[in-house]
Amino acid sequence: MAVKEKTGRRAPSGQRTGMTLRRRRTLVGMSFITPNFVGFFVLNLIPILFALLLCFNKWDGFNPMEFAGLDNFKYIFTHKVFQQAVIKTLVFTMCSVAITTMLSLGLAVLINQKIKGIGIFRTAIFFPYVASVVAVAAVWQMLFQKDMGLVNEVLRAIGVADPPGWFASTKWALPAVIIVNIWKNMGYYMIIYLAALQDIPTSLVEAGMIDGANAWQRFWRIKWPLLGNATFFVVMMLTINCFKSFDLIYALTEGGPGTATTLLSQYIYNQSFISWDYGRASAAAMVLFAIVAVITLFQFRLEKKFSNN
Amino acid sequence: MPNKTPAWKKAILYAVLILICVVTLLPLIWMLSASLKLDKDVFRIPIEWIPSDPAWSNYQRIWEQVPMLRFTFNTFKVTVITTVIQVFTCSFAAYGFAKCQFRGRNVLFLIYVATIAVPWQVYMLPQYTMMNAVHLVDTHAVLILLHSFDAFGVFLLRQFCMGIPNELLEAARIDGLSEYGIYRKIALPQMGPSIATLVIFTFVTNWNDFMGPMIYLNSTELKTVQLGIRMFMGQYSTEYGLIMAASVVSLIPVVIVFLMFQKKFVQGIATSGLKG
Repeated sequence: MAVKEKTGRRAPSGQRTGMTLRRRRTLVGMSFITPNFVGFFVLNLIPILFALLLCFNKWDGFNPMEFAGLDNFKYIFTHKVFQQAVIKTLVFTMCSVAITTMLSLGLAVLINQKIKGIGIFRTAIFFPYVASVVAVAAVWQMLFQKDMGLVNEVLRAIGVADPPGWFASTKWALPAVIIVNIWKNMGYYMIIYLAALQDIPTSLVEAGMIDGANAWQRFWRIKWPLLGNATFFVVMMLTINCFKSFDLIYALTEGGPGTATTLLSQYIYNQSFISWDYGRASAAAMVLFAIVAVITLFQFRLEKKFSNN
Repeated sequence: MPNKTPAWKKAILYAVLILICVVTLLPLIWMLSASLKLDKDVFRIPIEWIPSDPAWSNYQRIWEQVPMLRFTFNTFKVTVITTVIQVFTCSFAAYGFAKCQFRGRNVLFLIYVATIAVPWQVYMLPQYTMMNAVHLVDTHAVLILLHSFDAFGVFLLRQFCMGIPNELLEAARIDGLSEYGIYRKIALPQMGPSIATLVIFTFVTNWNDFMGPMIYLNSTELKTVQLGIRMFMGQYSTEYGLIMAASVVSLIPVVIVFLMFQKKFVQGIATSGLKG
């Protein structure tokens, strides 16, 4: 803890002007935070509060705002596209979370070796995460082309007679988006697992080795239980990020074909910048926010439980 | 090392790792390969991974058909200004949150952390309305403002700042250094590694930002690299080789930064991730 009472220090200038030490400290502290806080307040906090106001009003941005009560919520909850968007968001999230978690853990275990050149492999797998969504979307659109794309060539080569149309098909666009999403993000979560694996004391693993446990047993009996925190963190982060994910899907399909890949975030975008219906857009945004908030709170609760054990 | 892995096991491991990396990087390898092909050859089977007659002209034509140079300059401009503002205001705020004691500090910090959890979609429309009201739509200023006060930066630097020993600051205080002096002479140099991490993250986020420019920019001469590729895709949708060449060019700065600082990336994710 910081030493609170300071003795033997020169008389602070504030005392001369009659300010208490405490007041002076508050001012100094505030002065550090203010430059960032002003920007943060105007650009983030006010818009968030504004959104809260908008979801109970009817507004198109030009005509006077009208109070609408719960009308916006009533509208979106009965809107078929919205209902489907919620279901699709759930499907997208569950598939992405399950597969990404497994893959990133598997990759981390594989990469966590003391051999030469491991950094190169780590870099290679992590790279898609920093590549821009626009460039990534451009290449995946070509790879997933129905007639000439590489993916379908491979599928035909292994005997799939009629491979799907991927981004052109209402049925297969969502799976294709999920595949690209997993590919792009698994490197990030691999790094988190890698950090957790490297925190495991080698003495524990060596003890297991002496007791004659094979690699498989060493992993499931010794390492896996110790990865609980990391797994929890990865699953939570992934869930939140999947609910929010937007630009990758937009770049790949713009929510189409039809509404095949219109997830919640795309729905909000459409209501905002295509329909210009501020109220409905904000109402849908609040639903998204509520989901993310519940998951975050859940995460905090469980985290406390974990750290107490 | 108590145990020595046998050579054959190592060989298998390398083989598996190489296979995984090739599969992961395949889309990007394909991109590179296609960027050197004429449109008619891009989808030809069997794939010629290294084109025998590389169409270097693709890389020349992208600069001629859309103002890619202009876009690159715009992106650099926005990215550099944002990064500078962010490093200053964030490190300042981080010091305040970590090392200054005053009333309301924890509440303020909690508000910061809470907004990280708020999806951007929630406030993107109100933000747009506000920016429109002050006539900042279709300017670079709006992009700079949008990214300069990111709560994540404050959070990242504050976590790191907490680790600076209080004794060090206390000693400086006794020596008569003001809080600002301590920030500049002691805390800032100590924060170096985390600031480097923040700079790299900010650079990549800004360079890759797509939704911000898409929502806010209309004028061609203001557009950024990411919008440039989208423009390409819209105007020359069947010029596959050109689209891939533009994509490759857009990735180069990130590749360079990433390869130079990849250790920082990994550290940044590991610390901000697990200990956050």
